[in-house]
Amino acid sequence: MSNNMMVMSLLAGGFVLLPPLIGGLIAGLDRIITARMQSRVGPPLLQPFYDLIKLFSKQNIASNRFHRHYLMCYIIFMIFSGAMFFSGRDLLLVIFAYTLADIFLVMAAFSATSPYSFIGAQRELIQLIAAEPILLITALGMNMACGSFNTAEMFKCKEVLFLDLPGVFFALVFVLTFKLRKSPFDLSTSHHGHQELVKGLTTEFAGRTLGIFELAHFYETVLLLGIIYLFFAPYWWLALLVIALTYFAELVIDNTYARAKIKLSLLWTWALTIAIGGGNLVVLYILGHVRN
Amino acid sequence: MSFFSKSPWIMHYDGSSCNGCDIEVLACLTPLYDVERFGVINTGNPKHADILLITGGINTQNVEIVKTIYSQMRNPKVVVAIGACALNGNIFRDCYNILGGVDSTIPVDVYVPGCAARPEAIIDGVVKALGVLEKRYEQLKKGIVPKSVREEKAS
Repeated sequence: MSNNMMVMSLLAGGFVLLPPLIGGLIAGLDRIITARMQSRVGPPLLQPFYDLIKLFSKQNIASNRFHRHYLMCYIIFMIFSGAMFFSGRDLLLVIFAYTLADIFLVMAAFSATSPYSFIGAQRELIQLIAAEPILLITALGMNMACGSFNTAEMFKCKEVLFLDLPGVFFALVFVLTFKLRKSPFDLSTSHHGHQELVKGLTTEFAGRTLGIFELAHFYETVLLLGIIYLFFAPYWWLALLVIALTYFAELVIDNTYARAKIKLSLLWTWALTIAIGGGNLVVLYILGHVRN
Repeated sequence: MSFFSKSPWIMHYDGSSCNGCDIEVLACLTPLYDVERFGVINTGNPKHADILLITGGINTQNVEIVKTIYSQMRNPKVVVAIGACALNGNIFRDCYNILGGVDSTIPVDVYVPGCAARPEAIIDGVVKALGVLEKRYEQLKKGIVPKSVREEKAS
């Protein structure tokens, strides 16, 4: 048992250190592939790290006293939720901590006085509302299929969860577009290249605070791709392949779609969540009764 | 070692000009020149930018805007004036509303001549600006913060 605990704490510790590296590399690849899709060469692979170090060495002028504390809470809860996830704890706790982290981000944006920042924060809240149901449905579905809310059990699950939860998987991938801040759903703030409302949510972040935001996004990316991994947990090569394919699909969508309207994106997401996410749960429930 | 020269984020403002230089600045971002190869990103937000590119002269209407953009940028920062109008007002210089080139309002570090300035010249100007940016960062580490425009006017 104590041996098991040690492995768990090692995994949690690994989550604090590794995602900035993995997430940064993913972001670098993302920018190169995006550039190639636009027949450009693109920046070096390590560009996100250069950007991050530069941001941390810029002069730090805060918009007000609270701004930075909210952002610190944002990254702390983001790391916390990821560490809980990879050390095999309750998936519900992971999702709640993740949502709380996002709420702190919204508060940081609201604490500034810029109207762009305000609109960005409002939109981030809408995005949160759009994305939250399917995250909870994922946790519920995995519990029904696997018999536990603990991610440790899900990582060890003998059967491929995707076969039980295909609807939930596709609805989650749809919502991933919000969470990875890709077009057509990069409403609150966007990656480089896209621009609307100056920079939306991050308009008032500058230097170190923007660096914290970028860093937290690396953690976020790794956590979300980790959830995708769960669907194919018994076969690690298959899981990694699906993660790569999913991310590539996100990039293609990012490069081919214009930004969606906020009402439409909420409508689409909820319709899809209820139809294939909720529908999947109902089917699973009925099948469970038939089998018994 | 600082990473300013590896990740210069630019902000671009067009003053009183014919928009020719404006288009050439954007041309630098297209596949032909692709300045993102060098980590250059067009941000559109002064708080995120390191280098301010200004095309066109300063007139009585945009003078306050230029000052605001400059003062919102975080140190270290560099200003590049692009095109003949940004240098001295060019053909617009005798107009009743023109104050002159960019350096009539904010301190300029690099001047890129041309009408319109070619993308190669603009990239060359940004590369020159990187040297200045590095120097500013060294000064900032020693605690030397350049005065803002308004502070300079007040003193």
